[in-house]
Amino acid sequence: MTDTFTFPILSVIIFVPIIAAVVMLFIDGSRRDLIRGIAITAAVIVLALSATVYFGYNSQVAAVDANQAAVTEVGGVGMATQLFADGLRYEENVPWIESLGISYHLGVDGLNAPMVLLTGMVTVAGVLISWRIDDRTREFMAFFMLLVAGVYGVFVAIDTFVLFFFYELAIFPMYLLIATWGWVKLRQYAAMKLTLYILIGSVIALVGVIAMVFTADAFFRGDGAQVFEAAKQSGILSQNAGTFSFNMTHLMLAGEAGAYNVLGYAGVDVLTFAKIWFPFIFIGFGVLAGVFPFHNWSPDGHVAAPTAVSMIHAGVLMKLGAYAALRMGVQLLPQGAEVHLPWIVFLTLINVVYGAFIAFRQRDFKYVIGFSSVSHMGLVSMGWASMNIIGMTGAGLQMFSHGAMTALFFGCVGMVYDRAHTRDIPSLGGFVKRMPWVAVAFIIGGLTSMGMPGLSGFIAEFPIFQGMWAASENVSLTIGSFTLTNYYSIIVVIAALGIVITAAYVLRVTTQVFFGDFKDELYPEVGDIAITDRIILILLGTPLIILGIYPTIMAPMLESGLKPVLALLGGG
Amino acid sequence: MNLNDILSNPDLLPWLIPVGPLLAFFIIMLATNRAKMVPATSHEYGGHHPDYDGMKVPVVTLQSRILSVTVGMLGTLTAWVLSLITVSNAFGAQHFGEEVFGDRLNWLATGVGEFTMGVLVDPFTTVMLIMVPIAVTMIFIYSIGYMAHDPRQSRFFALISLFAGAMLTLVVADNLLLMFVGWEIMGLCSYLLIGFWFEKESAYKAAIKAFTTTRVADVIMLLGIAYLYASAGTLSFRDILYNEAMLEHLASTPAIILGGWGLSAAGLIGVFLIIGTIGKSAQFPLHVWLPDAMEGPTPVSAMIHAAAMVSAGVYAIIRMYPLFEAGGNPHAGEFTTPLMLMAIVGGFTALFSATIAVAQNDVKRVLAYSTISQLGFMMAALGIGAYIAAAFHLITHAFFKALLFMASGSVIHGMEHGEHHVHEHHAHDEHDEAHGHDDHHDHGHHFDPQDMMNMGGLRKTMPVTFWTFLLGGLSLSGFPLLTAGFWSKDEILADAWLGLTHGFGAPAFVFIMLCLAAFLTAFYTMRQLGLTFMGEPRTEEAAHANLGQGIVSFTMTLPLIILAFLAVVAGFAGVHPDFPLFGAIFSPEHNWFHHFVGPTLLHEPASIDFSIVPVLFSFGVALGGLGLGYWMYWRKPLEAGQPDPLVSILGTVHPVLKNKYYLDELYATLFIQPSQWFARVVVSDFMDHGIIDGVLHLIARVFTWIGDLIKNLNIWLIDGVGDGIPELIAIFGTWFRRIQTGRIQQYMLLVVIAMIVIALIFAVSSGFLVQAAG
Repeated sequence: MTDTFTFPILSVIIFVPIIAAVVMLFIDGSRRDLIRGIAITAAVIVLALSATVYFGYNSQVAAVDANQAAVTEVGGVGMATQLFADGLRYEENVPWIESLGISYHLGVDGLNAPMVLLTGMVTVAGVLISWRIDDRTREFMAFFMLLVAGVYGVFVAIDTFVLFFFYELAIFPMYLLIATWGWVKLRQYAAMKLTLYILIGSVIALVGVIAMVFTADAFFRGDGAQVFEAAKQSGILSQNAGTFSFNMTHLMLAGEAGAYNVLGYAGVDVLTFAKIWFPFIFIGFGVLAGVFPFHNWSPDGHVAAPTAVSMIHAGVLMKLGAYAALRMGVQLLPQGAEVHLPWIVFLTLINVVYGAFIAFRQRDFKYVIGFSSVSHMGLVSMGWASMNIIGMTGAGLQMFSHGAMTALFFGCVGMVYDRAHTRDIPSLGGFVKRMPWVAVAFIIGGLTSMGMPGLSGFIAEFPIFQGMWAASENVSLTIGSFTLTNYYSIIVVIAALGIVITAAYVLRVTTQVFFGDFKDELYPEVGDIAITDRIILILLGTPLIILGIYPTIMAPMLESGLKPVLALLGGG
Repeated sequence: MNLNDILSNPDLLPWLIPVGPLLAFFIIMLATNRAKMVPATSHEYGGHHPDYDGMKVPVVTLQSRILSVTVGMLGTLTAWVLSLITVSNAFGAQHFGEEVFGDRLNWLATGVGEFTMGVLVDPFTTVMLIMVPIAVTMIFIYSIGYMAHDPRQSRFFALISLFAGAMLTLVVADNLLLMFVGWEIMGLCSYLLIGFWFEKESAYKAAIKAFTTTRVADVIMLLGIAYLYASAGTLSFRDILYNEAMLEHLASTPAIILGGWGLSAAGLIGVFLIIGTIGKSAQFPLHVWLPDAMEGPTPVSAMIHAAAMVSAGVYAIIRMYPLFEAGGNPHAGEFTTPLMLMAIVGGFTALFSATIAVAQNDVKRVLAYSTISQLGFMMAALGIGAYIAAAFHLITHAFFKALLFMASGSVIHGMEHGEHHVHEHHAHDEHDEAHGHDDHHDHGHHFDPQDMMNMGGLRKTMPVTFWTFLLGGLSLSGFPLLTAGFWSKDEILADAWLGLTHGFGAPAFVFIMLCLAAFLTAFYTMRQLGLTFMGEPRTEEAAHANLGQGIVSFTMTLPLIILAFLAVVAGFAGVHPDFPLFGAIFSPEHNWFHHFVGPTLLHEPASIDFSIVPVLFSFGVALGGLGLGYWMYWRKPLEAGQPDPLVSILGTVHPVLKNKYYLDELYATLFIQPSQWFARVVVSDFMDHGIIDGVLHLIARVFTWIGDLIKNLNIWLIDGVGDGIPELIAIFGTWFRRIQTGRIQQYMLLVVIAMIVIALIFAVSSGFLVQAAG
């Protein structure tokens, strides 16, 4: 920590929405325009700050890279942790509950900076698309702002306790938003289903993390004392750090030094902490990323939610799951990842193909998109499972790409639904005549989702496939006496066919909704969209194109963020 | 760096080639595409669209039409001029082939390596740069007339500009990834263009079919690219294909899948890439999309079938040829897996689709199947190692097939013109006073302007179209000596014959299949020409068919004439030097095409010795087919109402051919319905809603039940205890009240008793009594 005052930009990003929410609650609920004004102001501020963080970090990637090269040169125990700690920027570290080793520690590295930007974009889009909500506008906007604050908190938290804190903070307004403003037929059921799934997942992960904290504590007080002292000397950990801490750096160092890899865990000779707890932590967060078979909350939740919540939910929250699974799972328990990801990859494969198949047969416009998210998030987890830099970078790109794309999709669906009052695909048709903007945006999103070169989907999916091929020869799975080798390549082949199904359903939906005959008598009032809607489409559509044409704007950053993880996974 | 430096530097110039059309796309889309709203029943809202009564629809303004056409033409012409400069640079270069033009820069860095984007002009690219811009420009000129009355003409020009830009990107790409980018953008454009008249159900269905079918193949190709990158560490053509050590490495590494069966990495990558081509170049069994793609406007068909998309498929495998050959030597009888695959698929497709073409009555569908067949020729040629011949046929085919499609478009346009004429006439007669409005859609009369059975005698009203169509058709048939198609086809057959004389199986198969296919090609071409142009008009529409006067007629015939010229002379670039007479005239020193394109490969393919036998076969099949067709359809042309003589000759085979071997139906039964069933019943209903949600709901039930149980328990036990304690206290209270007597003595007694009890407890708990007892 330096003495000079630095602008606590991450805290401001988190607290601006909270303050906005509180201010709204003091305003007369009938003054809707004022409330909308506050909401959009807060959202724009947050987006501007997020962009500052993103581009600010982007400008430092070269420096981070150079430093990483220097650190890698030196090597030794603690190298990976050093890479991670050095990569953090915009850090804020204030002791919070010192006796429990909890500190209010925020920071941004190459991995979460894109997520910060994404959240900002979706926030603005979400506020704009909710512009015409007249039913308890004040409460809606207030809860939405709280949700945004929670999401931001998770993305920038470096202290695991803070991460969980914001994680739960995000779930509470979400439940209310869906249950109150959602689609009448499904909202109670879906809100409950979603909340329970996510809560149970997070509780399991929380237990795992607490166990990890105790294990690390015991290790640093015993075998790892030297490592601990050395880390204090070299500045990875702060001078007054205790052995008991929820800090990610702390836990990561313990993992790197082998704390979770001691045989004989729980009294069984062949077990280690990492082997036991990795699946719980990874899948516990993976629930939020829609990992099969824990994906079923998501389509129902997305369909039932009001458009803005679907956007933030599919666009950002699912990424939050994937992000946390990587940060807390793979980064903290790499030895567990090496054992378990080779089978978890099958779940991700099922995600990809299975989600696509279900999307293919849906009649409800929104369910198609809901299941497509399940399918595409499978690719993110698959990228993590490749455990090499190409595949993981691809997964990182896919997180951003899918976030913007699916938010765009839900925006389009919402715009059509608002005007046509139905989401039944066969009864729509010819909407390109009345809503050309939406049609173009939807086609851009659709092409992104099927991996069209020139759009961000391609530069995300191709590296994932690439990484899986490259990983194929290094990965094997042993079940009893039976060893499976080289199967990643087959998984890629099947997953690639999932992309074909994606193309099929995207085209089917596009043609049925936007092309064909326009049924004038059914939809006499359908007109073109408002200016706020156009801003949404531009805001979410443009990054897909920019990233597709010029991936260098994000890929090197993600790589610098992934290097610590890969250093743990044995080079990469 | 300023523009001048780029223009004068042959290494950088190729970057600019695709820029013109791409820029034109953006300018038209963003700036010049302006529409006005007119009532849907208006005359301006052309004949291709259903009517929407009382609804306003957008129609491009005249100003927008002119601007968009100008921008599109400028873009294409720029590309053409830059291509010509590049071509002349290439002709002037020393040792071209060994030395190439190229430039590259980093695009996507991924830590272990970098994906680069770059351009490359080698001899093969050079000949493509001669062909593609000409064909594209002709198509542009042609569309000015053909689309002149379309309400979305600006959008059309934007899309074909993008298409052209993508094709040029693909041609100048120096690596597979950039090539794939162009490849996919073309796929997208073809989707949008085939479905251009999106109100028509058949059009958008065809668009989906085209996109989905090619997409299946593309994804497999992408896997090939991924695998290639994983094994070679680069995707650059030069680094892989011009590098013997790399090829050997790939050929000697066992493949990741099926490696145990002797498949090498190069083999598996090759198979993946070839599957991509099978989709894009519409080879069996993925050819089904191409005939349906005829739903698009005719210039699109020309674009897809000649200049761009399908050529791109063959272009890609010609480009990657050394990889397929790695580890084998087709001229010594060693065929690698990819080569065998190409020979079999190509040879089979060539004959297979030629038989279908024989029985089609739609003027464009005949050409569509003929395209599939000709692409089969190229595939088969590559499969037997006839690298140069395949490249040569690709070029000549592009010219005459673009010509044929545009000529057939003229025929269709003329027929629509005739139809319009007839209808106006009828409407006038029949509805004169009874119905005030003149709406030909009310007739319920479905006239198909593409059905050759409705034509006949068009040579009189459309002479230019007739003569150019004839030249294109003769070229396609391989009419000996005078047409381009003869020379390129002959070269393929010569190569196959050479293999056959050495007793190799694959060339023998290819030779037989291609000879049969060539015979059928000549026959169905003659049939098409006879049905369309000869005899007397079989319908009133055909009698009035013409292109009219003015700009439409001019812009539609000019490209035909230019392409007809090329369809004849292009073949003379590749005449075997030993060919009697012609060799001496056109190839005094060496076969120009062979000599120029050969150095594209590291080992220039040896030129084969001249042999008269395949030439005689070429003569025989072409003249035989043409003769048979002449005898059946020209000598005594079909009259109105007379059935096609082929129907009775072929008997029960005819419906099979006419229905394309029922493959569409078969695919629907085999793939589409099962996958829909699988998606609906197994995945969605059974798995997702049945098992996963079922388990969830079961858990919910169990939890509810447990909840109920606990609730009841709660009432009984916890509430019982909770309520019981106060009750008990009350009871005690009542009971204890009795000792509240108010008498001091009694209180004293109670205090003493209490003290004794406390003392006893204390004694017991401190062990005093135990010690005392001990």
